[in-house]
Amino acid sequence: MSATLPPQFEVIDRPLDTQMTISMGPQHPSTHGVLRLELILDGEMVVKSTPDIGYLHTGMEKLFEYKKYQQGIVITDRMDYLNPLGNNLAYVMAAEKLLGLEIPERAQTIRVLMCELQRIASHLVWLGTHALDIGAMTVFFYAFREREKILNLIEAASGGRLTPSYFRIGGLMMDLPSGFERRVQQFLNDFPEALEEFHTLLSGNRIFQKRTQGIGYISAEDAIDWGLAGPCLRGSGVNIDIRRTNPYTGYEKYDFEVCVEQDGDVWARYMVRMREMKESHKIVVQALSRLQPGPVKADAPKVVLPDREAMKTHMDALIHHFLIVAEGFDVPEGEVYHPIEASKGELGVYMKSNGGPKPARVHFRGPSFVNLSALPQMAEGCMVADIVAIIGSLDIVLGEIDR
Amino acid sequence: MSKELENKGQTNVQAETTPSNSVTPSPLVAALRREKPDWAGEVIEAFGEVTVIVPRENILEICSYLKTAPSFEFNFLADLCAADRGPEEEPRFEVNYHLFSITKHHRLRLKVLLNDDDPHVQTVTGVWRTANWHERETFDLMGIIFDGHPDLRRILLPDDWEGHALRKDFPLRGYEPYSLT
Repeated sequence: MSATLPPQFEVIDRPLDTQMTISMGPQHPSTHGVLRLELILDGEMVVKSTPDIGYLHTGMEKLFEYKKYQQGIVITDRMDYLNPLGNNLAYVMAAEKLLGLEIPERAQTIRVLMCELQRIASHLVWLGTHALDIGAMTVFFYAFREREKILNLIEAASGGRLTPSYFRIGGLMMDLPSGFERRVQQFLNDFPEALEEFHTLLSGNRIFQKRTQGIGYISAEDAIDWGLAGPCLRGSGVNIDIRRTNPYTGYEKYDFEVCVEQDGDVWARYMVRMREMKESHKIVVQALSRLQPGPVKADAPKVVLPDREAMKTHMDALIHHFLIVAEGFDVPEGEVYHPIEASKGELGVYMKSNGGPKPARVHFRGPSFVNLSALPQMAEGCMVADIVAIIGSLDIVLGEIDR
Repeated sequence: MSKELENKGQTNVQAETTPSNSVTPSPLVAALRREKPDWAGEVIEAFGEVTVIVPRENILEICSYLKTAPSFEFNFLADLCAADRGPEEEPRFEVNYHLFSITKHHRLRLKVLLNDDDPHVQTVTGVWRTANWHERETFDLMGIIFDGHPDLRRILLPDDWEGHALRKDFPLRGYEPYSLT
């Protein structure tokens, strides 16, 4: 019988050797997509785990080189599909840095507002699926109910639920629709209660605590060495948030707390994200109060598409519109690396231009990619069921890992 | 694009990016010039970012130095990626190391230039363990070989893939349809 099996499965003939290799994924529901783990087990204990990725590789970085700058925005939506507005922001800000565009105040405020809403939505998916992986099914429905409200808001602004492409180089696709502020206010009024509900469902739950506390520990030094970012790094007691250390798009004007937990385990990362949702809520409230009427596009007619009305009435607007759509716009030579704090950590875009309407190279530093690389360190010596908890706490999105 | 917009862009960049960094680039450059005067000629400042072009032989030594030296403390490797300038260019490849300091909050880019016929560079996995997957990805897609890497295998593409997909001479749709079976 064993002759037909691959060599790593041959354990029956050697009763004293209790180690065996099993493959977890790529279709396992708890691996959040198409992640495959090669586990070497001793009984139920993990001796070694090796992530195997690439099942969702679609060559996006290659594709960028063949698309004009403005066409690249829609590709970014499909990377981290739970946080598309964050990807849009990192990409357009890198291009804006090369172009030297100045973004109007209202556009910056709307960017902050939408990004923080998106961060809450992304954390809600993490919360629902993380709890579901550990065995708490109810949270999933409550979290997705709240997320649906945010997706409706994003749809109202951009027309797309999961692939908004709302931020454009030089500003926004269009201004917010009328009545949007009222709808955001409605969501903001309801959300604290929903957050309390999640806490009552999970934070005081003895089973959830037992499953997460002391599991998947990583120290601050190791976390920095492995390049962990975002909530995973802050869960190890490192006080770092790019919104605070290198503020972009006006984050320095907002009052919020950087959530840090000292324990470095799954529970700490859970608490960081739960507290971050509250802080994001705080930022959205402030952004809403800061919204002032004004332009949402930079004053750069050769880069930013003109308004529809102007295009129909002004000859030069029509010419610019045609040239941008047909030929694109030239971006000065140079290279930039622009990091932002996405919902999962540092999302960096390296963009290199040789002039011309297409980038020479675009590289995404995906936070999920780097966070996953530390999994073998966290998973060593734990149980198979704990692997599921650890993967959940890393909050990975395979679209961003494989790109 | 017209020249005046380009010029306008340059001036805006200077005004916009300087306050957004908690440590303005100039002290970093000054510290580099003071502590390693032989690098001074290779320092480029553009778009509010500092780039140091590093000889290939010294990359490991320089990374170890920058990680521990008290005036830099670049203990976080944010990103590592390579770019292809095109098959007719020489040197053809550039490998970029984006460093960040958790304590001082400043950033630096190191750049190594490599020729087409010898795309070898020493690994920095011994300095930052996070370099492991970044280097594997760079090897997989760009064909840069990191000498001394503990596990230099393909990471995104299948093991039997031929060629390196992000090189400029690799066609967008590949040479022939790839089948997993």
